[in-house]
Amino acid sequence: MPLDIYLNVAVSGLLTGLVYGLMALGLSVIFGVVRVVNFAHGEMMTIAMYIAIVLFQAFRLDPLVMMVPIAGALFALGYVMQAGLINPFVDRPEHSQFMLLVAVAIIMVNALLLIFGPDARSVQTSYAFDSFAFGRIIVDATKVYAGLAAIVVAAALFAFFRFSDLGKAIRACADNYTGALVVGLNVKRLYALTFGLGAACVGAAGSMLVLIIDVTPPLGPQYTLLAFVIVITGGLGSMPGALIGGVLIGMTEALAGLLFTPSAKSMFAFAILVLVLLFRPQGILGKRAS
Amino acid sequence: MKHLTRRHLLAGSAALLAAPAVVRAQGGALKVGVLLPRSGYQASIGQDCFRGVELAAPILKDLGLPDLQIMNADTETNVDVARSRAEKLIADGAQLLIGAFDSGQSSAIAQVAEQKGIPYVINIAAAPDITEQGYKFVFRNFPTAPMILGDAFANQKEIFAEVGKAPTSVVFMHVNDTFGTAMQKGIGAVMPKFNMPYEIKETIAYDPAARDLSVEIAKAKATGAEALLVVSRINDAILLTRELVKQRWTPQGVLSMGPGWYEDQYLKTLGKLSDGPLSFVPWYDPNKKVAKALAGALEKKYPNLDMNTNHIYTFEALQIAADAYKRAGSTDPKALADAIRATNITDNVSPGPGIAFNAKGQNDKLKNSGIQNRGGKLVTVAPKGATNAKAEWPMAPYDKRG
Repeated sequence: MPLDIYLNVAVSGLLTGLVYGLMALGLSVIFGVVRVVNFAHGEMMTIAMYIAIVLFQAFRLDPLVMMVPIAGALFALGYVMQAGLINPFVDRPEHSQFMLLVAVAIIMVNALLLIFGPDARSVQTSYAFDSFAFGRIIVDATKVYAGLAAIVVAAALFAFFRFSDLGKAIRACADNYTGALVVGLNVKRLYALTFGLGAACVGAAGSMLVLIIDVTPPLGPQYTLLAFVIVITGGLGSMPGALIGGVLIGMTEALAGLLFTPSAKSMFAFAILVLVLLFRPQGILGKRAS
Repeated sequence: MKHLTRRHLLAGSAALLAAPAVVRAQGGALKVGVLLPRSGYQASIGQDCFRGVELAAPILKDLGLPDLQIMNADTETNVDVARSRAEKLIADGAQLLIGAFDSGQSSAIAQVAEQKGIPYVINIAAAPDITEQGYKFVFRNFPTAPMILGDAFANQKEIFAEVGKAPTSVVFMHVNDTFGTAMQKGIGAVMPKFNMPYEIKETIAYDPAARDLSVEIAKAKATGAEALLVVSRINDAILLTRELVKQRWTPQGVLSMGPGWYEDQYLKTLGKLSDGPLSFVPWYDPNKKVAKALAGALEKKYPNLDMNTNHIYTFEALQIAADAYKRAGSTDPKALADAIRATNITDNVSPGPGIAFNAKGQNDKLKNSGIQNRGGKLVTVAPKGATNAKAEWPMAPYDKRG
């Protein structure tokens, strides 16, 4: 098989993996600070995808252009969810948190089914069928745009947590819950902000992913699972780990499909997860529990 | 005056409650459980099949057939759900089942129907095994994979001879579900008998629920094959076409041996990019009276839709049920099954002599057609004598369609 085919597939996997990484980044941020695993993560992404589709169909608004408003809408949804629903569960046993968020996920899937029906939906932008040719390497234009947007959003999030006062306060909550309370931080509000930021990430990822794949309501659970695979591989709670995990899973799926059989490509992503759990349980960039 | 006592009230109430049952037993509508994948990744096809159900009642009435009471169930494109929905329909009083578009789901329903002794008429499912199990209550009015393939290869050779050009190599891409795997095995067994002009360079199986088929098309393109031989569903057919365009590869043609490439959703979603694929499918005989009636009813209710396999074979499954009920004169499952076994309908929609079942419960007289997408419509290009257009081969390049 010619080398350019490998390069084509690897680049495609890399770009898709970046978007996967951004989606998983939201999950990692939420867990890293709030210590709640968002089992409705993929479902929230499908909500963002449907918002993008409605805006495109009603007003011909490009999902990439609408990425910021959609992320804002998901931020609001995440903030309200954490402040109104999840905060009372933060100190409760993990199985209570699990049941709560699974229930929320099921409600979201069924609400989307009621509103939009079961048909697959997509957006057909003017560049939907465009591709860039670099010699013999042909790259899908939508994946390039989505991958670049994922890098920009991830960089903005890193900068927010590193350089802004609010970001530092959120990190303080994650590092030392009691200490944060002692110095007077409003931890519950910061938790809600963090959940909102995680939801905004998934909203941005949904705006990009809707350019690459068709959406149906049952898509959510698949992407919740994918987000878990990515963050566990990259390191639960590690933001760079989520991006690296996304790229690793994206490229593994793509190259495994090329080298072996495409119908078994997901198997290789799960094989990587098993290897990580066996030999580096904290994930590639995760911190070992003390 | 005689006083109304508690005993009178009880007796009267019991008589009122019993009355509907008596009426049903004396010739009410046959309760038909319709199982279709109306959600999940086959949702659009399941809903398209349901249009055949919606249109059936007045046509069956015109044919002098009795009423059917439809009980709907969604299989959610899931084999286990199909099984449990079949059990629930029977528990709720369904006297006959039809469905379920997909071979895997239909196999599961067939097991339930056989176990419970309720007749089951398969509308669409091609895996040959279903009617090879010795079932007594399972009937299929749809060609098996080898029947579809045999006609498909014969029709392809006819088309290649007519256009004076044929591919020398193809890459075979198929979904890895029950239907796709059955077709893949069938191609290995049937193709050598037809001395086809092309060789299969590589076989690529993929997940029918896949969201991205870029790797699959990259792999197919790398084989250097001249054409695509495909067994698809609807969403993957759209994804494959998108990737062909994005990866700048227009094969000589797409030869489809299953659903997807001729479906209304495919034509509407892809517009000009949908033109060209040839599908070798169970179709309809446009000259038959019932075919005209069904096409007319579809046009009236859905002016923008072309009649297709989903409507035709779902309608015929109901026609078989009503015809058997009329002849059996009873809702007794065994009497219904015996009546279905003795079916001999010539006034139907599909090509061939009509509907009759062999000892295994299979209609083995069905014929298939070759159709092509042309300007957002479907034209019939094979077999000879049943066409309304000449095939276009090779396809127009994707980047030169304006």
